[in-house]
Formats: sequence, C-alpha cells, structure tokens
Amino acid sequence: MSAGAASADRLAEARALGLNDFEYELIVEKMGREPNGVELAVFSLMWSEHCAYKHSKKLLGRLPTEGPHLLMGPGENAGAVTVGSGLAIAFKVESHNHPSAVEPFQGAATGVGGILRDVFAVGARPIAVLDSLRFGELSSGRSRYLLDGAVSGIGHYGNSIGVPTVGGEVYFEGPYEQNCLVNAMCLGIAREDRLIRSAAAGVGNLLVLMGARTGRDGIGGASVLASAELDSKDASKRPTVQIGDPFEEKRLLECCLELLDRGALRSLQDLGAAGLSSSSSEMASKGEVGLDIDVSRVPLREDDMEPFEIMVSESQERMLCVIEPDKLAELEEVCGRWEVRATAIGEVTGGRRLRVLDGDEVVGDMPVDALVDDCPLYDLEPAAPSEQIYAPPPRVLDPAADARETLLALLSSHNLASRRPLFEQYDSIVQSRTVRRPEDADAAVLQLAPDGGEGAIAVSIDGNGRRVACDPYTGTVEAVLECAANLACVGAEPLGLTNCLNFGNPEKPHVAWQLERSVAGMADALRELGVPVVGGNVSLYNESGDGPIYPTPVVGMVGALPDAALAPRSGFSEEGHVVAFVSAGVEPSLPGSELAKLRGDELPLGLPEVDVAAVREMLDAVRSAARGGGLASVHDVAEGGVAVALAESCLARGVGASVSLPDSSLDAMFGEGVGRFLVAGERSAIEALGDRAAVIGTVGGDALEIEGAGSWSLSELRDAHAALAEAFV
Amino acid sequence: MRARVLIRPKQGILDPQGQAVERALPALGFEGASEVRVGRMVELEVEDASRLDEMCERLLANPLIEDYEVTVE
Amino acid sequence: MRFGVVRFPGSCDETDALLACKRYGDAELLWHGDSDLWGVDAVVVPGGFSYGDYLRVGAIARFSPVMDAVAEHARAGGIVFGICNGFQVLCEAGLLPGALLPNAGLRFVCRQVDVEVVNADTPFTRACEPGDILSIPVKHTTGRYYAPEEDLRDLDAHGQILLRYREGHNPNGSVADIAGVSNRERNVMGLMPHPEHAVDPLTGSADGGRLFESMATALAPA
Repeated sequence: MSAGAASADRLAEARALGLNDFEYELIVEKMGREPNGVELAVFSLMWSEHCAYKHSKKLLGRLPTEGPHLLMGPGENAGAVTVGSGLAIAFKVESHNHPSAVEPFQGAATGVGGILRDVFAVGARPIAVLDSLRFGELSSGRSRYLLDGAVSGIGHYGNSIGVPTVGGEVYFEGPYEQNCLVNAMCLGIAREDRLIRSAAAGVGNLLVLMGARTGRDGIGGASVLASAELDSKDASKRPTVQIGDPFEEKRLLECCLELLDRGALRSLQDLGAAGLSSSSSEMASKGEVGLDIDVSRVPLREDDMEPFEIMVSESQERMLCVIEPDKLAELEEVCGRWEVRATAIGEVTGGRRLRVLDGDEVVGDMPVDALVDDCPLYDLEPAAPSEQIYAPPPRVLDPAADARETLLALLSSHNLASRRPLFEQYDSIVQSRTVRRPEDADAAVLQLAPDGGEGAIAVSIDGNGRRVACDPYTGTVEAVLECAANLACVGAEPLGLTNCLNFGNPEKPHVAWQLERSVAGMADALRELGVPVVGGNVSLYNESGDGPIYPTPVVGMVGALPDAALAPRSGFSEEGHVVAFVSAGVEPSLPGSELAKLRGDELPLGLPEVDVAAVREMLDAVRSAARGGGLASVHDVAEGGVAVALAESCLARGVGASVSLPDSSLDAMFGEGVGRFLVAGERSAIEALGDRAAVIGTVGGDALEIEGAGSWSLSELRDAHAALAEAFV
Repeated sequence: MRARVLIRPKQGILDPQGQAVERALPALGFEGASEVRVGRMVELEVEDASRLDEMCERLLANPLIEDYEVTVE
Repeated sequence: MRFGVVRFPGSCDETDALLACKRYGDAELLWHGDSDLWGVDAVVVPGGFSYGDYLRVGAIARFSPVMDAVAEHARAGGIVFGICNGFQVLCEAGLLPGALLPNAGLRFVCRQVDVEVVNADTPFTRACEPGDILSIPVKHTTGRYYAPEEDLRDLDAHGQILLRYREGHNPNGSVADIAGVSNRERNVMGLMPHPEHAVDPLTGSADGGRLFESMATALAPA
C-alpha cells in the first residue's frame, strides 16, 4: 500500500474520530511520521474537547486561582483548601451529561463514582456529595424518566459506598429537554500534609493498575478503529454504557487510603475519561517523565481486546499509582486484604515518551508533551445576539392572577416545590458529620469533630440557566453571589469554589459570547468576594436541533464556620419571634423571574446590574449575625421573591407568621434580586443588624398572613409545596 | 453440567417490584398482562447436581420468603 | 463494658456505630475474616451494604468467619445488636425470626421517624419505659419486616416485638409496624432504624442513645 493511500485512510479515520485536518497534520508533525491506529486513538481522545478543553482553556485562565486558604489549585484531580486544625477539604464538581441522557441511572451513578475517585485520588476521604440536575419540563415522559433514573442512580452509588448526599439542586426548563445536565460534586477530608499529587516520578518506579477489570465500557466513537468487523449479532464486542459498581469502589477507596496512610504510594491518579491513555499521559506530563505501559498485563473482562481498546476503555472503579519497586509486596498485601485487584502494568522511564507495548512488541510510541500540552487551543469568536435566542416558556399562569393564587402556583411549580421526594432517596447522615440536613438550612453543614477538628464546614451548589440566558454576565454574577449567600445564612465564610460550565456549541458565535461573558462575570464576582477557583470542569456541545441549552454555570462553594451548633436553620421556630427583611438595597424585578416564567413572558436580553460590593457587605453582615447565635432562622430570598421565601420559612418547621410588607404589589412580593434575606429571632438579635434590617412582622400561628395581599393556611401551602411527589410515584 | 436456578418471591408475599412492572406495562400499551412476579436467576456450572437443592436452601434462596426451581441440562 | 462492631466489606455505618458505642463504653472493630471476638461483651452488627447486597441482603455476610463466633456468643447468652443491614444479616443467619423485604415504596428512604418502645424488659430497652417514643432516622431500601402469621402471634406472645413505628411513621410497609425484634431469649436484637445516628442532639436527636445506655447498664458489674 503506497504512503499516499495509507495517509488517506488515516486521515479519514482521524476525521471520524473527531479531529480536523489541521489537528491531524499537527499530530504528524509532532510524531515525525503518521500515527498508527493505537496512536491515533490516543491522540483523538487526548485532543478531544472533553480532555483538552480546546475551546475553553484560554478563557478559564481569567478566573482567580489564588486565596489565603488555598492548598491545591486547578490542575490536580481535585482542588483543596485548609479549614483549620491542620485539616484540608478537597473538592471538585464534574459533569456526566451525555452518558446520563443515554442511560440516566448508570450515567448519574458513574458520574458520582468518577468524582469520588477524583477526591480520594488526592488522598482525601470522601465525606459528602451534592448534585446539580437539569431536565426538560416534567410534562414530558422522557424528562420524568431521566429525573427518576438520575436520582436513583445517585442514591444507589452514594448510599452504597457510604458517602452522604447532603445537598443539591434540580430545575426543569424546556431547553434541557434534549440535553439534560447531571453535575456531581464531592468533598473529601484529609490532614493537610497528607494530600498527594498525581505527577509520576522516579525513573524505574512501577506503574500499578488497581481495581476492576478492563472491558469495552465507553469506547464509543473510537470503535471505528476496530479491526474486527462488528457483526450485528456480536453484541459482546459492541462498546457499552459504563456500569458502576459501588461495592468495588468502596474496597478500592479503603485500600487506597490505607496505602496512602502507610506512605506506600509515590503518586495516585484515577482513571476517568479516556481511561489509561489520559491518566498515564497526564501523570507523565506532570512528572516530566515517560511511561511504558504493557497492555498484555492489564486484567481484562472481555476476550480479544485490542491494544487501542485497552488504552481508551472507560471501565469504572480503577486507579493508577506509581510505587517504588520495593513497595510492591506491601501493596499486594494491602490489596489482597481489601480484595482489590492490583497489577504492575508498566514503569516510569527517563524519556518523555508514552510507549504502549503488547508484551515485547511496541504498538504505540508518542511524545508526552504533544499529547498533553500541544493540543491546539482555539480562540472563541463571540458575537452578542441582537435578540433573545430562546423562546418564551409556555404560559401556565394567568398574569391577572391575584397574590393568593400566584403564591400557590409558584410553590407548586416544579422549580420551587419541595425537593423532599428526591433527597429522601439519599442517605444524608452516614459518617456522623451532618449537622444540617437537606431542607434544614440554606446550606449543608458538616461538623469536623469526628476528624479531630474544631467547628464545621458548609457547602452549597448553585447554578442558573434561565437568568444566564437573559444576561450571561449578570446571571453568572448572581449565581456566584447566591452560593455565597447560602453559606452566609449558616454563618460560613467561603474558602474556595469549584465550577462546571455547561454550554452549547462554542463554535457558534452566540454560544461563544455566552461563555465569554459568563466567565467574565464569574471572575469579577469571585475577585470581589476574594474566593479562588480550586478546580472544575467544562461541558460543551450541549445542544440539539432545537438549539443550545440555557448557558448554565454551576458553582459549588465550601466555607467554614466556628460553631456548628449555632448554625441558623431556614425555618421559623418560636411564637413571638420577630421577622425582619434584610436587604443590600437591590430593587426586586420580575423579568427573568420564576413568576415571569409561569406567565410565559419573553426572556429579557439583559438584567439589572448587580452592585457586587454592596452585596458583599450584606453577606458579611448576615454571616456575622448568623454566627452570633441570636438568630433562630436565616433564609436567602431567591427564586419566587420574598413571598415564596416567607412561605418556605413557615413550612420548614411548620410555624406560621404574620407580616406586613412596605410594598405588597406583585412585583415587590415575587420580584427577584440577589442580596436579600429573611431573618427571625429575638428582637435584640434583629436590632443588632442595624438599619439594613426592616422588621416586618412576627412568628406564630398556623398560617402565613401578608397584610393587604392574602392569608394561606400552612396545610394549603404544604399541599402546594408537595407537587414533586407525583414525579416519583 | 450447566444448572439454572430460578428464584421467585413466595406466593402471598407482597411483591412491589412485580406490581410496579404490572402497572407499567399497560402504560406502554401492553394490555392483558397480570400476576407479574419479579425474581432472580442464577446460572452455574456444577460437577455434582445432587447438591444443588442444598445450595439453594443455604445460600441462593431464602426459603422463608422465596421459592426456587432448579433446571439441569 | 466492651462493644465489638463488626466490619464486613461494604459496611458503611460501622464507624458511626463505633463512635456511638464509645460514648457508653470501650469499643473496637471486629474484622469479618477473623473468627475471634476478642472477649467483647456486646457485638454490634452495623448498617451498610455488606458484600454490595449481592444475591440478597445479608446473605453472603452471614457466612463470614466472624459470624460463627457471633452465633456462638449469642447461643451462650451474649448480647448481639443488629442495625439495619445487621438486622438483615442476623435474620439470614437464623439468629432472629423473620426476614427483611424490599420497601413497599420500592425506593430507598432516609427519614427521621418515631418508634414506640413496646417491651422495656430487655437489655436493649431497659433505659426506656413502655410507650416511650424515640426519634431515630431510618435509611434503607430493604427494610420491610416480614414473618408468617403464626410466627407473628408467637413473637407477640413472647414479648419479642421491641419497637414499633408510630402510627403514620412506618416507612417501608413492615407487617404490624414492626421496627425491631428480639430472639426468644431476648439477648439478640435487630432493628431497621439507626440509633447510632441518634446519640447527639447536634446531629439530630439523642433518643437512640438510650438503647446503647441500656446495653451498657445490662453488662455493668452488679
């Protein structure tokens, strides 16, 4: 076969694998020759959007990554912050959107499995999971199926492995119908000096593969390279959906933590997207070394797997480590006790090459730098759209409806109804750290006493789609401030943030604009708050023939508070307590709000600017007051405005209230704007907040009464608020 | 030889999995299905088929709440 | 007073049980592969997903070497306390009557529930009075207690029903709202709710502590 004909075949394969011609020629140049099948498979994955962040890396460089509590920033398996008492919290959020749309149970389950591994890969014991989910409206059978599957999958994996799911969010909007979002966040704890990095080091050290056997999971598009023809009856050779096994992962987790405790590992890396090829090349790149991998030594689940399949398989529950050769016996003993498979599959070399061997035969030989660092990065070509690209949502509420009917309609809308039917499927208390469970307070609170620490940490995950679609810059600023506000409600100071950017096709100018503006908003808000990004994830190309999803930045923030027992809850508790409304002075508005959605209003293009400095001051004041112990409840006023927040505060502990608002127009009652809170407690505690706090009424009774607007019994509020239960019958 | 054990919830014991399947079928357009019970199947190679019943009694099934049926090729 | 908390591959709440026990005595972990109980006074079989719940909940765990020692300890009158998955293991092992089936609602449910003390005349419940209400969380997929009709009459007659879910609080369809039972001799108890997660008002209620307190008192030198 002439060189020309071979080239045409390879180029065709390269295109089928998602590489463009420019990228293919660059690979040939870096290799000094044409790549063979194995090499092409590895390059196609390492240079994919998912692994290389081709369209987002330059933009992400704008985010702040320095902070006084930062221990490990972006670039490792997870980032970490110090929380005092010599303890560190490692955390990260990742998306598993596309697999969840294919098979929601396994997609969500393996999403949790993957983020857990990222956390124990840095040496931290996973102590909490949170999830951020977005689906189409529940009027669609498909969205109900995806919701049910995803929630079951998250519960199955987290519950089985014994890590509590302590918080999360779920939203239902038309633009997610074809592209659901499943983002999973994990927190882990470690002694500060025990965090481990992933750089492979020490020429001559062994590369050991631990955990499950390798099968054809997730090979997907790369199957075009299979030399065997796929017979329609040959199901076993078909690439499969990733299936998670939490029991395997539990043993793997305990085994790795014990090995780390004994100082037996030089470095550790989990196997996720693109399997062995990405993990090994990243380890080699960070360590500035090379790696030889012998695929014939990899334990397999299927017969006749080809070398390229072994390198790109995404079989779950596997970890890679580098150890000194004299530690192998100890590693095998520990693994044997935990019933975890461990096999030496390669070694660290001096050259900067990733070599794939099949026994004695070299079947692939690639420069590490080319794989990890030399993927071309693309500039976005953003262009602001001249008009709103998203259609208005369907109208489900008459705009002429009065306050009474409006409040009930909002409480029973799927975006605002109680999430109890979801979170009761999650174990939120295992490991004995949870001081504030889902729906107890605005953020989850976990005590550090079981780890010998003082105080507690708080965590919240928040995202925004529709408002970011209205204004990518301001909408994202709001999402960041909303997350910080949730932490302030329980008295927590934010230490670090992880983010997942879920967007459409960045090669389209309006999506590029959304992405660029969103990152700019996030960067500005974080700089004002003094909070660094510790790591995160980007999920692009979430779009279908119907168009892109709402641009959806999701942020997870971790904070610390000195006294867990004092963390305020979100519900009114005692008859006679004073209720006050605390505000940074922002005017509430309806465009882009939940009420506007129910009315079927057009989405505006642009939202009112946010005075971030003023909101920051407000957060500081609320946090301070929350720590004081005098406030019985603190609740962030968010979607649905102050009237919905009042109803939520009544429902949380089943105690009513009687209030009078300065402005009882629908705009004032249901309008939205960040930096506003509802607090309740003894009069003296309220007065300590100064003139930011306006007393509006008293706690008591079995109804919510808003003077001049309406009265709602607790039982009718509760019935409306229970609307999501029907999705889980 | 190849053996196959079918394990089913005992008659009379509430089988919510069976009920869920029974409810789901008509919703998908399949009428006329009833008495649905959901169980498990265990396949194994054995050298001595005479021990299969004992295997079932001791491990593969819980005789208090399950019935089992053994087929040997 | 020494508690031994068994750890199987897949146990989740063993460290929580250990923390709870330590409030009332000394406590240590007992590895499943070890058939020595190291002289502990009470054995706690904790919650979780031993062996991944594979085949049937508790079916594989009950054959671990440690379980032979636990059975021996029970036969000799020693205290054995099974929580959630532990309850399932003890039923599979024949140390407790009945079986646990999938929840009627088919889903995992994590919820704080009220249970009523039915029999306070046991080493597990002596710190309570009959009729006391304890607020304790449940979290399980396979917690529906079942025993055939005739066995239920027996259990009742012999005071083996120790805890019942309060009206409206039965989370899984357990027959007769049974939340916890004991063997005839009353030295082995199993319950689906998790008392180890109810020993500190900071993380919920402290009502579960009374069960540990009862055990500690039962074994205190006279």
